Amino acid sequence: MSQEVKFRRPSMSQRLAPYGLLAPAVILVLVALGYPMVRQFIMSFQEFGLAQQFGQAATWVGLDNYATIVADPYFWTVLLKSLVFCAWTAGLTMVIGIGFALMMRSASTVARTIMNVALVVVWAMPLIAALTVWQWLVDPNFGLVNFLLTSLGLSQFQGFSWLASSFWTFYIIASAIIIWASMPLVTISVYAALTQVDEAQVEASELDGANYLKRLQHIIFPVIAPVVALMGVLQVIWDLRVFTHIHVLQQSGGISTETNLLGTYVYQVGISQGNYGVASALAMVILVVTLAITSKYIHMLFTRGELQ
Amino acid sequence: MTDRITTTQAQVPLSLSPDTVTPSPTRRRRRRRGASSPVLNVFLILGALLWLIPVYWMVNSALQPERNLLANPPHLFPDAPTLENFQGVLTDSSFWSAMGTSLAAAFLTVTVTTICSLLAALALARFGFLGRRSLIVAILVVQMIPAEALFISQYRMLDGWGLLNSVGGLSLLYIGGVMPFVVWMMRGFVSGIPEELEQSAMVDGCSRTQAFMKVTLPLLAPGLVSTSVFAFLHSWNEYTLALVMLSRDTSVTLPLWLQSFQQGLRGSDWGGVMAGSTLIALPVMIIFAFVQNRMTSGMVSGAVKG
Repeated sequence: MSQEVKFRRPSMSQRLAPYGLLAPAVILVLVALGYPMVRQFIMSFQEFGLAQQFGQAATWVGLDNYATIVADPYFWTVLLKSLVFCAWTAGLTMVIGIGFALMMRSASTVARTIMNVALVVVWAMPLIAALTVWQWLVDPNFGLVNFLLTSLGLSQFQGFSWLASSFWTFYIIASAIIIWASMPLVTISVYAALTQVDEAQVEASELDGANYLKRLQHIIFPVIAPVVALMGVLQVIWDLRVFTHIHVLQQSGGISTETNLLGTYVYQVGISQGNYGVASALAMVILVVTLAITSKYIHMLFTRGELQ
Repeated sequence: MTDRITTTQAQVPLSLSPDTVTPSPTRRRRRRRGASSPVLNVFLILGALLWLIPVYWMVNSALQPERNLLANPPHLFPDAPTLENFQGVLTDSSFWSAMGTSLAAAFLTVTVTTICSLLAALALARFGFLGRRSLIVAILVVQMIPAEALFISQYRMLDGWGLLNSVGGLSLLYIGGVMPFVVWMMRGFVSGIPEELEQSAMVDGCSRTQAFMKVTLPLLAPGLVSTSVFAFLHSWNEYTLALVMLSRDTSVTLPLWLQSFQQGLRGSDWGGVMAGSTLIALPVMIIFAFVQNRMTSGMVSGAVKG
C-alpha cells in the first residue's frame, strides 16, 4: 500500500482504506443506535405489550399507537410542559453562560481565574452526585436553601417541600439544577471563542465611538456565533429530552404525575407499564419534535459549506 | 490555555518594542479597562462562589457527624470534622461491587471508543472519499437523536441477546452513544497535525503506516488523552441507560448505587450519602483539573472550524 501512496497512484487499496478505517466505528454505532432505531420505528406501528414480551407475535396496528397518543390529553399537557421547560431552561442557561463569558473577557486575571476554577469544578461534578447534593440543599427541614430563606425573614419556607408542593416549585428546582450544571460548558466554550475576537478591531471601533452593544453586535457576536449556535442547539436537545433530573427528583418524594416531561413519560409508558408499542411511537414523536426544532441548525451546517 | 497564550502574545511585543517610553494607546486603554471594572470583578467572583455552594455543601456535609447535619441552624463549616461517613461508605461491600462494575464499563468504553474513533478520524481527516461530507453531517445528526427516546428499543435488543444486566451490553450502548462525538473531537486533533510531517517522513523512506505510527501518533497523545477522558466521563456518569439495562441489584454502576443508597436511607444518613457523592465526584474532578483546557479546545475547534 505504501508504494502506491508515495507515487500518488490511487490504487484499489488506497481507495478502500478510508472505508476500512471507518468500518469499526460505523458498525458499532449502527448496532448500538441504528438497529434499535429501525426496530423502534417498526415497533411504533405494532401492538407490542406484555403479551408480546412473552413470545406472542406482534400484530400490525398501523397508526393506532400514534392515534392513542394524540387522543390522550395527558400527552399534550406533557408536550407543552416539556417545550416550555426546555425553552425556559435552555434560554436561561445560554443567557447566563454567555453573560459570564463576556464578563470573564473584561475581568481581571484574579476574578477570571476564580471563575475558571468554579466552572471546572461544577462541570466535573457527576450528574447523580449533583442531584443528590441538590436534594439535600432543598431538604424541607434541614436544607440550606430553606434555612437561608427563613433567615431572610420568609418564614413560609420553614419546612417547605420544594419537590412535593406543586409542579411549579418542582420545575424551579429541576431547572435550577440543569442551569447550574450546564452553564460551565457554555461559558467555557463561548469564552474560548471570545479569545478569537480581534482585539485591534474592537479597539478601533471603540475609538470610532461604537458603544458596547454595537461592538457586541458587529464585532464580537459574528466571531462567537458558531459556538453559540452549537451550544444553543445542544442545550435544546438536552433539555427537551431531560430524563435523569426529573426521574431522580420524582423518586425522592417529588410529585410525579404532574411533573412528567417527555423523557419520563416514555419511561413510564414503556418500562413501567410494558406498553412498548405506544412508548416507541412516543419516542418517535420526541425525535421528530427534536429534529423539527434543530433542523434549522442542521440546514445551516449543510449550506454554510464549512464541513470540509 | 488559550487565553494565556493570547495575552502573552499581545503583551510581549509591547514590552519589547523600542518606544516603550511612550506608552502605546493600546496599553493605556487596556489598563483603564482593567482598573475600571471592580464592580464587574466582584460580581464575577460572587457568581463563582454562588456556583460553588453545592459542591462546598457536599464536602462540608460529608465531613460532619449526623447530629450536626440535623442541627438548626446548620453548621456552615465542618467545625467537628470526622471521616466516619467516608469510613461507612468505604467499608460497604455494595460500594466496591458498584465500583467494579463502573470501572469495567468505563474500561471497555474507553478502549473500544478510542481505537475505533482514531481510525475513523484518520479516514475523515486524511482521506478524500465518496460520502465523506454526508458522513460528517451524519455524525452531527446522530448526536441529536435523544438517547432517552431509544432506550425502549435498546432494552428489547439487549434482552433478545441475553445481554441485560451485563457490563458488556451496557458498554456496547455507551460506545455507540459516545462514538460520534469522540470521532468529531478526534478529527479536530488529527486535522491539527500537518500532513506535511507525515509526507516528509514518507519521503525519508517510511511507509504510510510507519509515518503515522512514528510521527503523527506521538503528536496525537494529548488528543487521545482528551477523547479518552470524554469517553470515561460518559460511562462513569451515565445514569439512564444503566437504570434501564441493569435491573438486578448485584450489577449496578456507581450512580445507581448512590441513588439506591440514598433512597434506602430515606434521608436519614445525609452524611453517608454526601460522602458517597464526594467519592464518585473526586476522580472526575482530579481528571478535569488536568485536561480541562484541552477538552474545551477540542470541542470548540470542532465547532469553529466545522
